[in-house]
Formats: sequence, C-alpha cells, structure tokens
Amino acid sequence: MTIVFALFLLTLLVVTALAIVRTKNLFVATMLLSIFSLLMAVNFFILDAADVALTEAAVGAGVTTVIFLSALRLTSQFERGTLASSRWIAVIVVVITTVLLIIGTINTPNLGDPNAPVHQHVAPFYLENTEALMGFPNVVTAVLSSFRGYDTLGEVFVVFIAAVGVMFILDARQGTGPEYELPVDKGLKHHLIPRAVGGLLIPFMLLFGLYVQFHGEYGPGGGFQAGAIVATAFILYAILEGERTALKAFSRNAQMALIIGGSTLYGAVGVVCMLKGGTFLDYSVLMEDPVIARQVGIIIIELGVGMAVCGALLSIFHSFAARKPVEHAK
Amino acid sequence: MTLDAFLGHFNYWVFAILLMIGFYAVIAKGNLIKKLVGLSIFQSAVFLMYISMSKVEGGTAPILQAGVIDPIYSNPLPQVLILTAIVVGVATLSLGLAIVVRINERYGSIEERELLDAD
Repeated sequence: MTIVFALFLLTLLVVTALAIVRTKNLFVATMLLSIFSLLMAVNFFILDAADVALTEAAVGAGVTTVIFLSALRLTSQFERGTLASSRWIAVIVVVITTVLLIIGTINTPNLGDPNAPVHQHVAPFYLENTEALMGFPNVVTAVLSSFRGYDTLGEVFVVFIAAVGVMFILDARQGTGPEYELPVDKGLKHHLIPRAVGGLLIPFMLLFGLYVQFHGEYGPGGGFQAGAIVATAFILYAILEGERTALKAFSRNAQMALIIGGSTLYGAVGVVCMLKGGTFLDYSVLMEDPVIARQVGIIIIELGVGMAVCGALLSIFHSFAARKPVEHAK
Repeated sequence: MTLDAFLGHFNYWVFAILLMIGFYAVIAKGNLIKKLVGLSIFQSAVFLMYISMSKVEGGTAPILQAGVIDPIYSNPLPQVLILTAIVVGVATLSLGLAIVVRINERYGSIEERELLDAD
C-alpha cells in the first residue's frame, strides 16, 4: 500500500514540475512550487527521513514561497515568454541527458537494499555509538551537531554570509526624502480571515518552534527546523500587521544580533573546548561526565543554529519586504 | 525488467526526470525568476536522490528505540547532509532573487533577451 502511495506521489511530483515550467504566470509557478515542496516533504517522510521532511515543509513550502512572492512584488508577475536559446537544442540536450542518467541507474542497487555501499561506510558506526556517546536517541541530531559538527558550523556561516549579502544588495537606500520612508502600515489585518487565523496561529507556531528546538535530541527536530518555524511565525506577523509595526516589534538590529550571536555562540563552544584541553568542537571535555558534557554542548550549539537561521531568514524577508517597487516608464 | 527492479529504481528515474525538468527551465527560459524556479527544482531532485539512497528496506527513521529486537534504521548520514542543504538552499536562492530585483530596478526588465539588447 505504501509503495502504491509512493509511486503516486512521485508521479505527482513530475506532473507538478512540468506545470511549473509550462506556466507563464510566475505567481502560479510560485504557488505550484510550494505544492511541489509539500509533496517532496511527504516523499521524504515515506523514505524514513522525518527530520528532513520537517525542514522541507517549513523552509521549502513556507519561507521559500514567501521570499519568491516578495521578489515578485518588486519585479513582474508575468513571464514574457522569451526564450534564452533555441528551444529545440535545449529539448534535445535535456532528453539525451535524461536517457543517459536513467541508463546510469541500471546497475545501482535497488531502493532499500541493506547491502548497498552507502550503508557500509560510517553509518553503522553512528547508529551503534550514538546511545553510548551522547545518551539520546536521535541519530540525525547527533551526527549533525557532534560527529559532523564542523560541517554544520560551515553551513551556518554560509547562511550568515547569504543574509549579509542580501542585506548589502537590497538595503542600500533607494533615495532620500519622505517618499522613501516606510509607508503607513497596510497589513492584512483588516481582512477578517487572515486576522482571525493569523492571531490564532502565531502563538502556537512559536510554541511549536520552541518545542522542536529543545526536543530535537529525542524526536525529529533541531536548530535548523526550529529557526525556520519561529521565523515563519514572525513573517506571518509582519504580513498581518505591515512592515512598520513588525520592524518596531523586532528591529533589524535585533535580527542582526540573532545572526551574529548564533554563529558566534556555535564557534565559541568550539573555542571553549580547545581552551579546556580538547580539540575544536569536542564537547566531552566541557564537564566531568563526557556524556552530559556532550549533551550540554549539543544543546548550546543547536541554540546557536536556531538563532542564526531564524535571524537570517527574517532579515532576508525584511530586506525584500521593506524595499519599494520602482516604476519604469514603458 | 522485473517488478522488483522497476520499484527499486523508480525513485532514481523520477530524480533524473525532475533534474532535467529543472535544467530545461534554467537553460531554455528567458525569465530570470523562472530560471531560479528551475534551479530550485533541480536542487530538490538532488535532495530526492540522497534521501532515496538513505532508505533501508523495512527500516524506520534513525531515532533509536529501546526494547525493539533487531531494529533496522535508515541511514542518517544523507539525511543530515540534505537537512542542512535545504536551509543553505533557501539562503542562496534569496541572494539570487536579490540580484534579480536590482537588475529589474536598473533595466526595467528581467527577460534575458531584453537585458542583452539593453547593454
């Protein structure tokens, strides 16, 4: 039964992707992309990746859609249908590559084959030692924050750099004078349904974000997912109340402090580990009992990840939302 | 081709098709936002391939359970790689969109042909 459902979902993914490429209306394409992400999240869940499904649902279907929509507000909604190159050359290249890729899959191990090479290398070590070394059951969190802590630190820095980059590109003043001030708020709160639903949802979204943050060691979750969920709650608030009120409640400086504070907190834990005589990000030296020490280290760095991701996504959203569309004489 | 081999490779075929649908949008469409939409489909296809590889038959999510005899867990490593890649993906995507917004402000168009003509 699960297999039939999985086949159905995968076929639906292909159909949605085709519809996204075919439509000329970029607003439609964005909404279809959101559906595509949700379908992808369900697929991940069927393939046993609960943590990834949670991230894809929060980031792919939620934050990405909002950022695409705010970019569409500043550009145009319709594609003029011009082609970059000859359509037929592109079709031929794509068809040939698809056939080659499918031929390439023939000798790969079947889906779910326990003897596939990917399951033989370090994964058994992670599964066998997480309980003894960390004392909590979620292996994904253990690999993310401890076994491969360097990797995650690098990813947090990439998110940090991207947020600063967006700020450099979009926060430059477009001009001086009163017409470039933030407009008086025109949120959606005068519409009944967004006001009622939004007001009801925001507190629970924040609560769920905190739960995902602090329960990430025991169930699906962790800093990345929690940061995205909390950021979504604040973005919903900004959509309801308008930019000015939202920035008064959570200023750009506070967002910057979250990004910098989160990345620094992560790095600082690594440095403290070195000062206490261990190697960088080796949490076991933080306290007497190495298992408790690892748990404390992981909770702190997950908090750093959550802060950095939340601050970065919020700051990116506000960079787009606070900018004024430029009118072009055509 | 047996049913077993079909079901065992269907995920990888969908990966190949999605990858190339995204790639088509990147190379053939003239609209810069449409190119970025294509890029995110391309990226999702790669995610699907990694997560398909992490699946173990009869397994469950890699969250250890006490009191289960001979438990089978799926591979946690590809899941960790993709989890972080999703968040990095949205950050880099918004950097691309920011550049598109500035191009539109400067040239009044986000169609590749018109931009090339304007320069």
